[in-house]
Amino acid sequence: MKLTVHGRGVTATTGGAEFDPGKPAIVFLHGAGFDRTVWRLQTRWFAHHGRSVLAVDFPGHGWSEGPALDSIAALADWTAALIDAAGLERAALVGHSMGALVAVETAARFADKVRALGLCGVAAEMPVHPEMLESAKANTPKVEELITFWGIGNALHKGGMVSPGLWLRRESLAVLSGNRPGVIHTDLAACHAYKDAIQRAAAIKCPTVLVLGDGDLMTPAAKAKPLAAAIGGARSVVIPGAGHFMIVERPDEALEALRGCV
Amino acid sequence: MVDAKFLKPDTLALHAGQHPDPVTGARAVPIYQTTSYVFRDVDHAASLFNLEVGGHIYSRISNPTVAVFEERVAALEEGSGALGVSSGQAALHIAIATLMGAGGHIVASTSLYGGTRNMLGLTLPRFGITATFVNPRDHDGFRRAIKPETRLVLGETVGNPGGEVLDIPAIAEIAHAAKLPLMIDNTFASPVLCRPLTLGADIVFHSATKFIGGHGVAIGGVIVESGRFDWEGSGKFLTLTEPYAGYHGIDFAEEFGPHAFIMRARTEGVRDFGCCMAPQTAFYLLQGLETLPLRMARHVENARKVIAFLEANPAVERIASPDLPDHPDHALAQRLLPKGTGSIFSFDIKGGREAGRRFIERLRLFSHLANVGDAKSLVIHPASTTHAQLDAAALREAGIGEGMIRLSVGLEDADDLLDDLGQALRAATKA
Ligand SMILES: Cc1ncc(COP(=O)(O)O)c(C=O)c1O
Repeated sequence: MKLTVHGRGVTATTGGAEFDPGKPAIVFLHGAGFDRTVWRLQTRWFAHHGRSVLAVDFPGHGWSEGPALDSIAALADWTAALIDAAGLERAALVGHSMGALVAVETAARFADKVRALGLCGVAAEMPVHPEMLESAKANTPKVEELITFWGIGNALHKGGMVSPGLWLRRESLAVLSGNRPGVIHTDLAACHAYKDAIQRAAAIKCPTVLVLGDGDLMTPAAKAKPLAAAIGGARSVVIPGAGHFMIVERPDEALEALRGCV
Repeated sequence: MVDAKFLKPDTLALHAGQHPDPVTGARAVPIYQTTSYVFRDVDHAASLFNLEVGGHIYSRISNPTVAVFEERVAALEEGSGALGVSSGQAALHIAIATLMGAGGHIVASTSLYGGTRNMLGLTLPRFGITATFVNPRDHDGFRRAIKPETRLVLGETVGNPGGEVLDIPAIAEIAHAAKLPLMIDNTFASPVLCRPLTLGADIVFHSATKFIGGHGVAIGGVIVESGRFDWEGSGKFLTLTEPYAGYHGIDFAEEFGPHAFIMRARTEGVRDFGCCMAPQTAFYLLQGLETLPLRMARHVENARKVIAFLEANPAVERIASPDLPDHPDHALAQRLLPKGTGSIFSFDIKGGREAGRRFIERLRLFSHLANVGDAKSLVIHPASTTHAQLDAAALREAGIGEGMIRLSVGLEDADDLLDDLGQALRAATKA
């Protein structure tokens, strides 16, 4: 589906079903350097089980027009505007990594627009390794390799994808290498700079689930604890054997955790 | 300094795609000899059928043993995913049928396996898909042959019998400038000697029957996608960018991104054409993959010894191997296949068709048969077998001399191979 937000074209997949604003909506927000396709094993299920789905490409990512937005706050403003642009009063937000920070910020500042939260691969803060930032700034492939290497959990480094025949390492590298110059750096710098999650958490009143991987090296499950504690009534689900890409590595468990909440 | 310490190819050849069976602890990949898979409940069944969740439904579409093979080949080829099929020919057919329908056109190298040439030149035209063949060294020819209805550029890493090496980066650039994918038959190099997807190709396929298996016991094929081709931006691939009624209007590129091609090839291609890989076959081919890196090194080593021996033999006229400095693609081969060009090459024996026939008949270790890439050394005389219907002029046009012999050097002790070749060459040229 094509939408216009702040005057620029946005692509969102609707999970293979007609978008019906009358159904409870879920907006899926991808992580740094990725796009809508990371959600393929959640979006289609929700879209065929009573929800309306919009898995967006953030500005400058995937098939959405640029430029990429340079702060979590700006991405949250954009997400609130997207909810309006889609003709929705409220939506659940499901975010991964950077997208989860955006979901937190949006839910706190636009509480009346957000009915539930699913935060996957999230932590109270997401400091980014200086060599990743440096490589991203220089547009060298090292940052793509490090995101992929640290993002994939121990088990999946050997493969074993639930979808037959797919190889996660190259999926990740292929998507990351498709980014326009500077976009990965803009994303990582936005994550690195964002320190407001705990403070914003107090303002979140909607049902919230955190979906975490016990082998996540990028946002270790322990680093999500303070955030979970700061969001009233939030539930945490830790998926055994999963890394930071738990939504692709363990899609069924991630879906199971989300469907109880959003 | 931090580094991404990904598992390396020799490790992936043994491990990729598999974890020891969680129920039985089985270390080897179990053969899931089953046609179908019990659904958890009615909703799970519907979700699987509608591609909402991952998993297996029916072994024509996917099977757990085959999936290990697929993921392992994808890993070795540096692809985002792979699809195992019943043969190399099935791989070629499914790839083409996924990309185009009637009206489609392919620009292909002339240096192709005969079966590929038949499919493109004789069979597919009956279904409205045509091809233009271009000498692999004629880069401008590729550019000129591309038409508005072209949907694919196709070549082989190393062709036969001439050992032509395709300049994959250059041809990829030409294809991409026309918003077309480049597909490479990497059968002769195997992912150990060349990984075309890292050189700019978009799709790779194999006759897994050959080096990947290595044992000559199973026919199989596999297709691998890079995940990087921009189908949407190209606008020429409606199978991947327009709603498909087969799954309630699914748009493969929009929903599956880097897996668009392989997902369509699986969920339409093998689903409808039915050329699936058997789990038993996948098991055999996995046994082969485990030792592929070791075997390829030995194939190359033995082939080099055989080439050196033939070079010094007065009964041998000309050796067509890109490993040799006088081959027109030698420099290119050193750049694209630095570890060697494999072990399949041809040479001309003095005395023409008759000498060729006698040579083959006198060989004791080399098996005379129509296959390549086996652990055992193989030989064929094209002029009296695969190309027997051609006269001298037609043979010349196909680049095949009347005395041309094609060898596929195996893993035997090289000294035994040299002894065998020596005695057969003596006998063939004595009369
Ligand atoms: C280079 C090449 N490609 C494709 C094929 C076809 O493969 P299969 O025989 O597995 O169908 C062959 C078979 O000889 C081949 O040598």
